[in-house]
Amino acid sequence: MTLNHLGVGQIATVTGVHSRNAERRRMFDLGILPGTIVETVMRSPLGDPVAYRIRDAVVALRHEQAEMIEVQMENGATPAEATP
Amino acid sequence: MVASEEILKEAARLRREFSGDIHDRLTEAIYADAVEVAGRAVARTGQPRRMHFELFCDRVLTSRVWGFPVMILMMTVVFWLTIAGANVPSAMLASLLQGTVYEAMHEVARAAGAPWWLAGFVIDGVYLATAWVVSVMLPPMAIFFPLFTLLENLGYLPRVAFNLDRLFKRAGAHGKQALTMMMGYGCNAAGVVSTRIIDSPRERLIAIITNNFSICNGRWPTLILIGTIFIGATAPPALASFIAATSVVAVALLGIIFTLLVSAFLSRTWLKGEASSFSLELPPYRPPQIWQTIYTSMIDRTLIVLKRAVIMAAPAGAVIWLISNINLGGSSIAEHAVHFLQPLGLLLGLNGVILLAYVVAIPANEIVIPTILMLTLNVAKSSLASTGVMIELDDTAQVHHVLTGLGGWTMLTGINLMLFSLLHNPCSTTIMTIWQETRSLKWTTVASLLPVALGIVVCFFTATMARLLGLI
Amino acid sequence: MSARIETAGAAAATCGACSSSCNTSQLTRLGIKSGGWDYVVALMGNPNTGKSTIFNSLTGLRQHVGNWPGKTVARAEGAFNYNNKKFKMVDLPGTYSLLSTSVDEEVARDFVLFGRPDVTIVVADATRLERNLSLTMQVLEITDRAVVALNLIDEARRNGIEVDERALARDLGVPVVPMSARRGEGVSELLSAVDNVAQGAYPTRPRRIKYRDAKLEAAVAALAAQLESAVGGLPNARWVALRLLEGDESIIRAVRDGTLGELGRSDTAVNLTQLGAS
Repeated sequence: MTLNHLGVGQIATVTGVHSRNAERRRMFDLGILPGTIVETVMRSPLGDPVAYRIRDAVVALRHEQAEMIEVQMENGATPAEATP
Repeated sequence: MVASEEILKEAARLRREFSGDIHDRLTEAIYADAVEVAGRAVARTGQPRRMHFELFCDRVLTSRVWGFPVMILMMTVVFWLTIAGANVPSAMLASLLQGTVYEAMHEVARAAGAPWWLAGFVIDGVYLATAWVVSVMLPPMAIFFPLFTLLENLGYLPRVAFNLDRLFKRAGAHGKQALTMMMGYGCNAAGVVSTRIIDSPRERLIAIITNNFSICNGRWPTLILIGTIFIGATAPPALASFIAATSVVAVALLGIIFTLLVSAFLSRTWLKGEASSFSLELPPYRPPQIWQTIYTSMIDRTLIVLKRAVIMAAPAGAVIWLISNINLGGSSIAEHAVHFLQPLGLLLGLNGVILLAYVVAIPANEIVIPTILMLTLNVAKSSLASTGVMIELDDTAQVHHVLTGLGGWTMLTGINLMLFSLLHNPCSTTIMTIWQETRSLKWTTVASLLPVALGIVVCFFTATMARLLGLI
Repeated sequence: MSARIETAGAAAATCGACSSSCNTSQLTRLGIKSGGWDYVVALMGNPNTGKSTIFNSLTGLRQHVGNWPGKTVARAEGAFNYNNKKFKMVDLPGTYSLLSTSVDEEVARDFVLFGRPDVTIVVADATRLERNLSLTMQVLEITDRAVVALNLIDEARRNGIEVDERALARDLGVPVVPMSARRGEGVSELLSAVDNVAQGAYPTRPRRIKYRDAKLEAAVAALAAQLESAVGGLPNARWVALRLLEGDESIIRAVRDGTLGELGRSDTAVNLTQLGAS
């Protein structure tokens, strides 16, 4: 599943980053790379962007960026209640 | 340089050997190293105490239900405190500077036998304009800037950007434009420079062109004063400052709406393109250092803005005095100009004096209100032909009296001045900054003229509506 | 050049006596007064780590401090006197990395690379150490003379995070100064660390990034060796080699037009003027 499907309060591990070029570099620089643990902290009032806890920092990403990041839930299951 | 060419060739050859992205491998290696080093140095002891509180604040400030209302409420409270708090000190300053000191200066001039034109030029021109700038601007700024700086230091601004981003995305703008917009609330020139945080030239231009819709230091006092005397005054006294604050917030929100609309228009016409990637770190809330904040915002903002206003006001006062006192064919240059601009002014629900004031005040928005007051008085004085009326503007009620009585202002004039204050050309400093940042005559012209064009359209619209509905 | 070494030498001799009592009383904040200076200090770090607060407390300037990323877009300059030496200080835009291509990152990177500051202070946020160390280690690839200001240590403590600065200093090979710039804690320790590194009294042995990839490591080593023999005296040949491998346009240009060669000649003043003019 991709990061944008991770519900608020859920934790997952990054397994792949599909972003390209400058965006890919930016994600890597922020510490979003395979193996990084991410947690969805909150959604903005209009639903997008969403803030994630990444290496102790809270970083907001737009839907377009989040859907390029492949994650795996800690227990390996894809949550049914998580909405896009 | 032969050696360097060979090295570059060798580098290119090696580069081709790496199929994957070197940057990926490198960053992964750096992070692996960083994790290792941090792991050895960091010990996590106990529960993070503040995390829960911060999370709670964040959930409220960015919540679907409370996010926007809290934002508007905070703005209203800030302006309410400013308006309610500035009233008394403003009146005291005015009676001191425009009353006591002004009269004393004239006494001295009379005693010294100074010629009328010298006393007029220096005291009624240069001094009076400067005094007005100080009494109108200093008290609200001394309250507003520290409050705004407190919000800024607390870490609230990135949350506002987070809340508004969806709207900016819809408008085809970069998410960080919300931050540059907020920088513009201090000073548009600074806001334009801050657009450097946006990498894409297309999105950066949009941010530069729309920055003028953020009401700057020079314009807040205009809005606060007009909001107080025209809109606040219509409410019962207990609610007056709250209603006045609401009117200022409404204009600021209208500015955000114009920012979004114009961004949307530009990104669908002349500045089409892909939205670039967006990431915004939301820093932890940090308890602001109250006294230091008040001190630095006084030095950083209040005094700097005041200094600029005074520097601009002195020559503007001189110009106003000169155009009011040099006669061509029986009436002063100012009267000619006001009469010439009057039809257009009235069409826009403003008047000739306001339009002339905006021409005189191109160097700095700060001096719009003093210029309007001085021109209104000067033009009225000569047409009343020395009726011997002594006018003292030592409180806002008097200002209201002068504007409605001598200037013929109505509620529409007040509202349209607030709108025109939002929608008009940037000050000359901002225009210069736009030129420096874009190096494009075309975009500098667009950024300068687009807001005035919008201002004319909007003011014409409200004036026409008011007339059609028989409100004036 | 020789004059500078003399100054540094004399200062090193005098500092021996005061090393136990070095404190802020020896600090004279000079604001933006410029003119001659003995050392140039660059200030780097992630956005929002308190760089401007540190800059202000050292120079006495009141660079606007705000709690949001991207506040400092242009670079600010100031100066201070410490221990009878004049330090010029340059506050660079906050960056997450030196490897990307945004304008503010290039400003920061080019200054450390081409401006050749005598000391680079890397401000690291103690509450987000991993990400801040990523930048720190990239800086240590470019310059030997660095000091890590481990800021927001009070915030870290409140969040139950303890950082062992000795272990960190051992791993990074440069001084690490825990501080809380907002409260003025650690400022005097930072000053004495900067002074020590500027004079060479603290022998830095900066950590080099392990690329964990034999092929990449070999390519970097080979290219770095060639660069060193061609240019000579490059303090950061490995990093330049790496950038060439990545195909960084501005570094390729610097190699081609000989700007990179000036790195070997180390005339800080000349390079600073060039940067200022651009």
